[in-house]
Amino acid sequence: MFLTDPFFWEVVISGLLAGVMYSLVALGFVLIFKASGIFNFAQGIMALFAALTLVGILTGQLPFAHVWDALFGLGAHHLYDPPVNAEGDPQLWFVALAIAATLGVMIVLARLVVGIVLRPLVGQEGIILFMATIGLGLVLEGGGDLMWGSNVKPLNVGLPDNAPSDMIIDATGMFLSKLEIAAAFVAVILVAALTVFSQYTSMGRALRAVADDHQAALSVGISLETIWWIVWSVAGLVALVAGMMWGAKSGIQFSLSLIALKALPVLMLGGFTSIPGAILGGLLIGVGEKVFEFYIGPMIGGATENWFAYVIALLFLLFRPQGLFGDKIIERV
Amino acid sequence: MNLTKKLVLAAAAVAFTAPLAMADLVFPSLSYRTGPYAPNGIPFADGFEDYITLLNERDGGIGGEKIRLVECETGYNTTKGVECYESVKAEGALFIVPNSTGITYQLIPKATADDIPLATHGYGRTSAANGDVFSHVFNFPGTYWDVATVIVKHMKEQSGGSLEGKKIALVYHNSAYGKEPIRTLEENAKKDGFELMLLPVDHPGQEQKATWLQIRKERPDFVTMWGWGVMNQVAIQEAAAIRFPMENFIGVWWSGAEQDVVPAGDAANGYKAATFHNVGTDYPLLDEIKKHVHDKGNAAGDGSHIGTVLYYRGIMNALWAAEAVKKAQEMTGKSDVTAGDVRDGYENLVLTEEDYAALGLPNFTVPINVTCQNHGGPGLGAIQQWDAASKTWSLVTDFIEADRSIVDPLIAADAEAYAKENNIAPQCK
Amino acid sequence: MFYREAGEFKTTYAKDGATFPISFDFWRFWILMAVAFVLVPMVINGYWANAVFLPFLVFSMAALGLNILQGYCGQVSLGTGGFMCVGAYAAYKFMTAFEWLPVPVIIILAGFITAIVGIGFGLPSLRIKGFYLAVATLAAQFFLPWLSSKWEWAYNYSATGQITAPERTILGVPIAGPQPEPWAAYLLCLTMVFIFGWVARNLVRGRIGREWMSIRDQDIAAEINGVNPLMAKLSAFAVSSFYIGMAGAMYFMIWKGAAEGTEAFSIIVSFDVLFMILIGGLGSIFGSYIGAAFIVLLPVIFKNVFVGMMGWPTDIAELTQRTFVGVLIIFFLIVEPHGIAALWRTLKEKLRLWPFPH
Repeated sequence: MFLTDPFFWEVVISGLLAGVMYSLVALGFVLIFKASGIFNFAQGIMALFAALTLVGILTGQLPFAHVWDALFGLGAHHLYDPPVNAEGDPQLWFVALAIAATLGVMIVLARLVVGIVLRPLVGQEGIILFMATIGLGLVLEGGGDLMWGSNVKPLNVGLPDNAPSDMIIDATGMFLSKLEIAAAFVAVILVAALTVFSQYTSMGRALRAVADDHQAALSVGISLETIWWIVWSVAGLVALVAGMMWGAKSGIQFSLSLIALKALPVLMLGGFTSIPGAILGGLLIGVGEKVFEFYIGPMIGGATENWFAYVIALLFLLFRPQGLFGDKIIERV
Repeated sequence: MNLTKKLVLAAAAVAFTAPLAMADLVFPSLSYRTGPYAPNGIPFADGFEDYITLLNERDGGIGGEKIRLVECETGYNTTKGVECYESVKAEGALFIVPNSTGITYQLIPKATADDIPLATHGYGRTSAANGDVFSHVFNFPGTYWDVATVIVKHMKEQSGGSLEGKKIALVYHNSAYGKEPIRTLEENAKKDGFELMLLPVDHPGQEQKATWLQIRKERPDFVTMWGWGVMNQVAIQEAAAIRFPMENFIGVWWSGAEQDVVPAGDAANGYKAATFHNVGTDYPLLDEIKKHVHDKGNAAGDGSHIGTVLYYRGIMNALWAAEAVKKAQEMTGKSDVTAGDVRDGYENLVLTEEDYAALGLPNFTVPINVTCQNHGGPGLGAIQQWDAASKTWSLVTDFIEADRSIVDPLIAADAEAYAKENNIAPQCK
Repeated sequence: MFYREAGEFKTTYAKDGATFPISFDFWRFWILMAVAFVLVPMVINGYWANAVFLPFLVFSMAALGLNILQGYCGQVSLGTGGFMCVGAYAAYKFMTAFEWLPVPVIIILAGFITAIVGIGFGLPSLRIKGFYLAVATLAAQFFLPWLSSKWEWAYNYSATGQITAPERTILGVPIAGPQPEPWAAYLLCLTMVFIFGWVARNLVRGRIGREWMSIRDQDIAAEINGVNPLMAKLSAFAVSSFYIGMAGAMYFMIWKGAAEGTEAFSIIVSFDVLFMILIGGLGSIFGSYIGAAFIVLLPVIFKNVFVGMMGWPTDIAELTQRTFVGVLIIFFLIVEPHGIAALWRTLKEKLRLWPFPH
């Protein structure tokens, strides 16, 4: 009955594309968990923060404008007018510059996080570090909004819009969003780059060494702090990409930080320590929840997507407690 | 446990919250400038605040009494909303604008017991339109049920006078707010012979692919939406992505602000939404606000929202409240009125087109004539449409009257059930 | 100086194992209770009840519940909001179906219903551990409120899915519903929290509490030593959910009077309760209370200072407050990862020796 439905394949493919978007967020979690054993709850908020910063730089917004206004009655809200092309879109070189600048901000942020929050907490239990990242999330959430304001901001970086691609409609009759197809490409490039980075560079090897065994890595002269800094910076990059992709769809606003909740079941399913797991998990969750919502949802009242992903992951874990590709959990007394 | 420490802190806190003994008119603003719904909350709060600043700057308040604005941040969250209610009550609030259907439900019994009017213009509990039972709630100029039938009427007109055999989908925020119109639409479906499809979207609503695929599969002729926050922006994008004809997609009056359509860009062109007031920036009141408020550097927020839909909503809320206070001053003959007096003011509020023109808003909104029985107002709504190229809304219909034959029996039944559940005697003679 | 322990001799084992072995602590505790039970109800008003005391008591109860599960049995849970939702809707059904049931009985019955649901969601804990379990409990967090919004029987087929508590009285004083008498509502909640705090204290130092703790410390070792992990984990889930369910019932019937599952019991609630026990102190009954006080009071105090005293715009105040809370959480974790309760213990040890530190 499913296979003959002309919509079935469209549901599956749009589920796959949605899954890629989830994977983008989940990747950030995996990177940090793998390298430092920290379950970084602030990943979603980092995506929001990165996207807000990007838009702020792109539009020449004055940081903390609202605060200055309230404290000193300063009326200024803009620092500069961004260079635009004939259609009123920002120039491409300027977009690239803004992205690079945002990445710089994320790297500085990573340095601060490692230096101020994580260093004093080395060796604490996982749950304590998890809590610390929630605290960090609150700081970024409040700080980000203070800095850039709580209005919804359209993101204009030359990404394709959410409209369906005509070519695909003509060829297959399916309506697939250009934005999501672009996101899928970006995700592929990102994963490939991350793989190359961790497999073929010396930095990447050090990273994997730390992931395998902190103390052994330390004893051969790898600086844990530097590695963590790099990992958090890379997670910042992933957050920026995820924030851009999600933000292009809904505008940059506070709700963006809630996408983390969509990534958690992906993590469970794929395993906390596996990059391919995050991708495959995202795809499975995306397809599963879309098919369920589409076929079963109307019978039980709909709006099932929020919990169904967790239920799939839960059922799956009952059979494989470490997720699809997670490291086997070895217990010793 | 360390209760002493807590009590010390508590005592410190009470010192801060102790009501200031001033004879001002206290206008509370339960706003939400933070959190997931902030993009909608900010322009509303700015409009509300600017109008009050205008009254203070230009007229020296109302009837010679200065207005004191007490703002309290709810984050669109009921817990904080109730806390805000208690704190503005302690400040001597003359009325409450809860700015959230969820908070309204919590406050109806509390505010009634405390004799403070609740002004929920165009949202909240629909059956509160029955003033006989809900003595302290005012939801004029129209309720969710009114606007649901207005939207259906507009669809009927669009499809040539009959909806027989048509299919209408309701995409709604899965909360008390979103569920409000379901019963009315079900009744209306029986009357007009259309088929109703219900499609809930959970908070926050960033992923709606499956919902819109459903729409593409079932091919409803019209879609209406009860959305809020990010859900609106995503829904409009997704509707465009499945190439749903935008003129057949009509949102409620809370799904039709600039914030909802701008992020979607050109895709949003032609999207419609209901409204209970006109659009545009061509009103004397705005000039007054610019002159007396913005030019003096007293604008609320960053001042960038002036003239937008939700900004006007804020103005309308402040304006109706101010008029109710004026009415109360007239009725009691004293200038420092109490919350109970303002309730009476609301209940006797009459505003005609001439009154609005005198206030600087000619041809702007619907006349109000509140009576003891009817707190729901005229129940009129117009349809506005978005033009993505010029980034403006424009009204495409006149104000349409709600289908009273559907709404009134539903209100009567629901109010009666509430009265019975809570042993409320009718207040009107 | 503060503690004068000279002359305190413990002559029985029971005395040695007492909750307050030092008579100063013992008296201080009872004086506090006297203040809480007698003085506070005399001065309380609507603002204090609704903004400070009732949230504190409700969340203390929830924090006690979560602390039993997480602090004593080591099972990480993010499903607190979902279980509170069950408690609230169970209370609603009991209230409307059996109008004669007294409020405290309803609270306890709601707790039992939640305990049953909790056992169901506790079953995966036998297979799944650590963060995987934490994320798995989110299934409860998202599923249960969703169910409450879709299962029409649960909200008596009302138009909006909102549940509203009808008024209930004890000896003619309104105690539950839309507008309970502040002092009466406070006293009822306080009594419940006091009784069940006492129960929790005695549970965790008894046989079952020791079983939980051995599972927490090393579950395989515990199993070898003859602790049945199935019984230990499920009993922890049951007791924990019982407390959390009662908290949900109190939240709905006494504090709020109306609720909507998906909004009132969202994931934010789960995180708040988790903050409470982590900041207060894992595996400490006292920590549950102090953590609840911290998380409930901090925003209220900040709000009053920033907006009330310093006249800041509300949005800046709110965002600054959020940032501050985040900073404070990180600060506490760095200074004392085991929470305020551990900080308090250290302080007390110092005070006992003061002014002679050696």
